[in-house]
Amino acid sequence: MRSEGTFGGRFGGYYVSELLVPCLEELEAAWLEARDDPAFRAELGALLRDYAGRPTPLYRSGALSAELGCAVYLKREDLLHGGAHKTNNTIGQALLAKRMGKRRVIAETGAGQHGVATAMAGALLGLEVKVFMGAVDVARQRPNVQRMGLFGAEVVAIEQGSASLKDAINEALRYWTEQVRDTFYVFGTAAGPHPYPSLVRDLQRVIGEEIGQQLAPGKPTAVIACVGGGSNAIGAFAHFVDDPDVQLIGAEPGGDGVATGRHGATLSAGRPGCLHGSISYVLQDAHGQITETHSVSAGLDYPGVGPEHSHLKETGRAEYLPVDDAEALDAFRWLARREGILPALESAHAVALARRLKGRFGPDDVVVINLSGRGDKDLDHVAKLEEAGR
Amino acid sequence: MSGALEQHLRGIRAEGRGAFVPFLVIGDPDLETSLALTDALVEAGADVLEFGFAFSDPPADGPVIQAADQRALTAGVTPPAAFEFLDAVRQRHGTPVVLLMYYNLILQFGVDAFYARAARAGVQGVLVADVPVELAGGLVEAAERHGVAPIFIASELTPADRLAQVATRGGGFVYTVARVGVTGEQAELAAGLPATLARLRAAVDRPLLAGFGLSTPEHVRRVRAAGADGAIVGSALVRQIEAHLGDRPAMVRAVGDLARRFAEAAREEDVRC
Repeated sequence: MRSEGTFGGRFGGYYVSELLVPCLEELEAAWLEARDDPAFRAELGALLRDYAGRPTPLYRSGALSAELGCAVYLKREDLLHGGAHKTNNTIGQALLAKRMGKRRVIAETGAGQHGVATAMAGALLGLEVKVFMGAVDVARQRPNVQRMGLFGAEVVAIEQGSASLKDAINEALRYWTEQVRDTFYVFGTAAGPHPYPSLVRDLQRVIGEEIGQQLAPGKPTAVIACVGGGSNAIGAFAHFVDDPDVQLIGAEPGGDGVATGRHGATLSAGRPGCLHGSISYVLQDAHGQITETHSVSAGLDYPGVGPEHSHLKETGRAEYLPVDDAEALDAFRWLARREGILPALESAHAVALARRLKGRFGPDDVVVINLSGRGDKDLDHVAKLEEAGR
Repeated sequence: MSGALEQHLRGIRAEGRGAFVPFLVIGDPDLETSLALTDALVEAGADVLEFGFAFSDPPADGPVIQAADQRALTAGVTPPAAFEFLDAVRQRHGTPVVLLMYYNLILQFGVDAFYARAARAGVQGVLVADVPVELAGGLVEAAERHGVAPIFIASELTPADRLAQVATRGGGFVYTVARVGVTGEQAELAAGLPATLARLRAAVDRPLLAGFGLSTPEHVRRVRAAGADGAIVGSALVRQIEAHLGDRPAMVRAVGDLARRFAEAAREEDVRC
């Protein structure tokens, strides 16, 4: 490896089986080369513009501005083709896979958004796609499973462990270890072994760059994003990390409340450990066994978090606050009624946190919420929760 | 200077036979049965005992070992309890013990404390499945401080520069991957194994034990013929545990019987040409 891939020397790394190190090395080299290749950048830029619909709008929300007493903008990643920010990453990695001569790509998925985005990119670029998804998630995200099928991807339901995102990642890592020669692993979030946290951040940083351009000559007072693994958040934050005037705020899945232990608020309630190839904050028991998480939103239901977020937390550059299920569901309904926008349950955590932080911002402040995805996929799930009285 | 574990394995090689190294997850299906299974493995002719500490998320292991980890976790086995088990093994047997670990369990125990405790339990070597050699500096120092051999994995995919680090930093033996993939039984071994073993032999002057996917005594003969100094067998034995969960005495007999067949295959006179 050309770099150990750490953030602040402490978080990150590539803690994987010896068998995977050569292919991570190959990936790192290919990415560093592609990133600096004008032809690759032009091809990626054209696809993001003409196929996926970038730049996405930065919409000034009247309802949220009135509620918070400052200018509140929604970065409309929900309008990106595929319905979430995930497309930025999957088109980039699928192009990279082709460049590396791999014919098959695999992916893990939680909410199904990354699986759909990978299946879409595979269909677009003629790659065979296999998606690993926890059986619990397969059940609660039917429409996305159907979409992946239509795009020609094979969905493998994982029954092990909590049958959720972490188990899907374990299985994808196992499959990759077996099929390493001709398979490219399209990792869905800014976590996992080096170079993925940097690779995914580089592909997602377009979100923050556009926010910067769209607000120029002004700039945001605060950028708020939900954090599961943390790819939409790091994408929204990266452009502003070196500007101390911009507050970076992450909304973590508080589930039934952090005090209940049924949540996925890794940075709020975890401690540093090693999971899925990197050192970062992890939800674990006293001995280091990874604990099962809970969130109303499958995409945030993960006991780890990207290592760069751990670094931003430890240095105080970003703050991370838990938002529980009820608050997120309330924000989901509120935005639908007040703006005619259905946010993904994941993104609803960011909306909810912004509403909770009312009072922190004054009339001259500019708050940007990254609306990372659309909520159509969550309708069945929300309807069931409503039947159950939530 | 090479340690006791390496000397032990060199001694076996000097006798013209191969080493048989069975693997179990500590506490699968419970600590008491694990001890009985260990007795059976020693009686069957184990030259080294390899034990795993159960981890909730073991991505380097296939379904058989994963299930074993789950059984041990369900039985409530923690790292401190696993060390007490190793203390008991040490009182009963002189067979060298090595551990297969996942990094997070060591981190949460405390790196130095972990190797100190391992040494106290008589552990002679530790392999950490998810720490590649170039990131293992701190682990190697702690291991050596406490007289424990840091064991590393190498495979046909390991390039020369990293193999050189395995040679300089590692100890005990080189865990040679007989098949690219995760742990588990396989019908066939990698065709390139003899070439891989020859390349490792040229790069690293240390015993080479082959593991991953050895499911029959015939596989053990084949890796010996390919040039390995011994064989590590895990999933095939653990499957016998899985198959006899309802009858502990039958489980211990089945594991012992199968282990004896593996041990005999490993012990056959040097078959290398």
